[in-house]
Amino acid sequence: MSIISLIIKREFIAKVRNKSFIVMTFLSPLLFVGIAAFVGYLSTMKADTKPIAIHDETGLFANEFLSLNKKDAEYRYSDLTLIDINFLKDSITKENYEGLIYIPKVSNNKDLENKIQFISNESPSLSFIENVQDIIGRKLTKENFNKAHLDTLAIKNAESKVVVNLAKASGEKSLKGLNEIKIAIGGAFGYLIMMFIIIYGNMVMRSVIEEKTNRIVEIIISSVKPFQLMMGKIIGTSLAGLLQFFIWAILGFLFMIVASTFLGIDASPTAKIPPSVIKEVHQEFGGMAQMYVRELWGLPIFTILFSFVIYFIGGYFLYSSFYASIGAAVDSETDSQQFLLPIIMPLVLAVYIGFFTVINDPHGTIATVFSMIPLTSPIVMLMRIPFGVPWWQIAVSVTILFGTFFFVVWFAAKIYRVGILMYGKKPTWKEMYKWLKY
Amino acid sequence: MSTILEVNKVVKKYGDFVALNEVSLTVPKGSIYGLLGPNGAGKTSLIRIINQITMPDSGEIILDGEKLSPKHIQNIGYLPEERGLYKTMKVGEQCLYLAQMKGLSKAEAKKQLEYWFERLEIQGWWNKKIQELSKGMAQKVQFVVCVLHKPKLLIFDEPFSGFDPVNANVIKDEILELQKQGSTIIFSTHRMESVEELCDHIALIHKSNKLIEGKLDDVKRQFRTNSFEVGILSDNVEGLMYDITQKFKMGQTNFKSLNNELKLEIQLGNATPNELLNILVQRGQVTHFMEKIPSVADIFIQSVTENSKI
Repeated sequence: MSIISLIIKREFIAKVRNKSFIVMTFLSPLLFVGIAAFVGYLSTMKADTKPIAIHDETGLFANEFLSLNKKDAEYRYSDLTLIDINFLKDSITKENYEGLIYIPKVSNNKDLENKIQFISNESPSLSFIENVQDIIGRKLTKENFNKAHLDTLAIKNAESKVVVNLAKASGEKSLKGLNEIKIAIGGAFGYLIMMFIIIYGNMVMRSVIEEKTNRIVEIIISSVKPFQLMMGKIIGTSLAGLLQFFIWAILGFLFMIVASTFLGIDASPTAKIPPSVIKEVHQEFGGMAQMYVRELWGLPIFTILFSFVIYFIGGYFLYSSFYASIGAAVDSETDSQQFLLPIIMPLVLAVYIGFFTVINDPHGTIATVFSMIPLTSPIVMLMRIPFGVPWWQIAVSVTILFGTFFFVVWFAAKIYRVGILMYGKKPTWKEMYKWLKY
Repeated sequence: MSTILEVNKVVKKYGDFVALNEVSLTVPKGSIYGLLGPNGAGKTSLIRIINQITMPDSGEIILDGEKLSPKHIQNIGYLPEERGLYKTMKVGEQCLYLAQMKGLSKAEAKKQLEYWFERLEIQGWWNKKIQELSKGMAQKVQFVVCVLHKPKLLIFDEPFSGFDPVNANVIKDEILELQKQGSTIIFSTHRMESVEELCDHIALIHKSNKLIEGKLDDVKRQFRTNSFEVGILSDNVEGLMYDITQKFKMGQTNFKSLNNELKLEIQLGNATPNELLNILVQRGQVTHFMEKIPSVADIFIQSVTENSKI
């Protein structure tokens, strides 16, 4: 067995046997499902009803709000126009009201546009204010129409609403909401890569620090080249990461099967509805679902999974060589913080670019450029792939990524070689630059 | 006696700092070679270069007639001063791993391990983790790792530190046994009494330069001052003193003896021991007469202080 494969084997076994690996592999999917369920449960819970007072001196709007009072509504409106406004302003929060909508008396409706106040102790939510503006604005428009003796019904009928249907050039009907699904898939994989890089990069770093503080590194370096040791470590750890990913993929697959079985059982309550309705619903709903499924299958799933593995390996190799050289340079994990920041920043940047730029314009300049820059490409490109990326762009991006990796590894190996034999010093960036020339 | 290791004008710099300045050494085959020097002299740098952990900036190393290259890793065993093993790995697995790294096959490594574990009476440790062992026990494991691929050249950096006297003796005997079987041992230590006891050759490195090298006896001869320790029982001490100081320099000294005699150290200069003896026997009963041979510690301290200005 060659020496490097010996090192890979040892690192792999050391990682996989570690209790935290086992716990993380089997517990984190559970945790993930648990958190998702918990968030889902929270979102179904009703918020407390918030009482809102209205002081409407025009008498036009109070009823518009009161008509919104329903049992489970978030806000309950009370008309307190009869009470003196100055008194209301002082006492409104003491009386457990969330806030007061104050609509003053004006001679001209036009003046109302910027005279209305909302008085409260805590600033209200944006959507609430927008809603209030909307209600008053609509009512005011209607009043204005009436004053001008316009037929509001005719106007309403004349208003038209347009829905643009999405279709592909190939002629298939496309579905709305698919972009969201695509970004969700791309985002999930991009995020996964970031997590893997940080978690496993840290593992590489910790294992380098461990060897260094153990001083075993001197024995090992007398048998192998530092470069071999570093590569063996990086590859061994990445194999542990891939194993974990495959376990998760299998668990996810099993979970999907179980979940779909449960959902199938869930459909039974429809039995009470007359068959004709069911048929109709089925045709419409089933047709839609089928189309979504077909669209999802139409996604380049193979390309996504394949490029996930490629980009994971490339990105992970690139970043973990940084992690390895940092581990070699410092004496303990606490000293590593200052060097870690510049590593984590591009990763975070990539995720932000993914979620803000790729969603708006998957093939725009920013998205394309960042899917070529090796420090961000593993994440940004993976987020772009569900939207369909020309193969040559992927090829260029992967080539740049691996090219950079070889350059960085050469550079990291130099720091590593010097760093692992340096004890007791907390290095500076300047010193690490000097090591490159040793 | 042929040479196993030749270090030829090796220079190593770290930035502006010169760690080794054209150091040359010749280590004879089958010797126990003491590599001495104060802290920071450059010993560890040299040992690391011999182990190919770092490369020299210039100069060359010849191992057994060949220029040092990665294939020679198998021929060298190294016990670093700073000991360390993987704490969470089991002893057996760890030794196998490290032995395979030195080029042994798994089966051969296992065979050798069984031999050594039995020899050092540590058979029961195979499935223990290093973190469960005491420091001295871990040192024993490390010693095994260092020697089990039967290297031609063994480099021990402070091999006895951390051992109790019993185990230190066990290790010392093993070192001597390895020498008997034909290994050459380079031995770096600050414990001068073990150098006296074990080494037949020494080299002294100080401030990146080699100061002394050679057979221990030759070095001692070089440092002898031709002075003698004398013990004498005399009735007429004043007369004795007068006679001696006429011809020689004299000082007080101390050595162990059971008599209550006068203990003197006398510098002979160019005279022969017999000239001194003639004077002594006329004045009293000589109980002790011995050349004062410089100890390694004396040589060490003397050369280091003399050369401290380099």
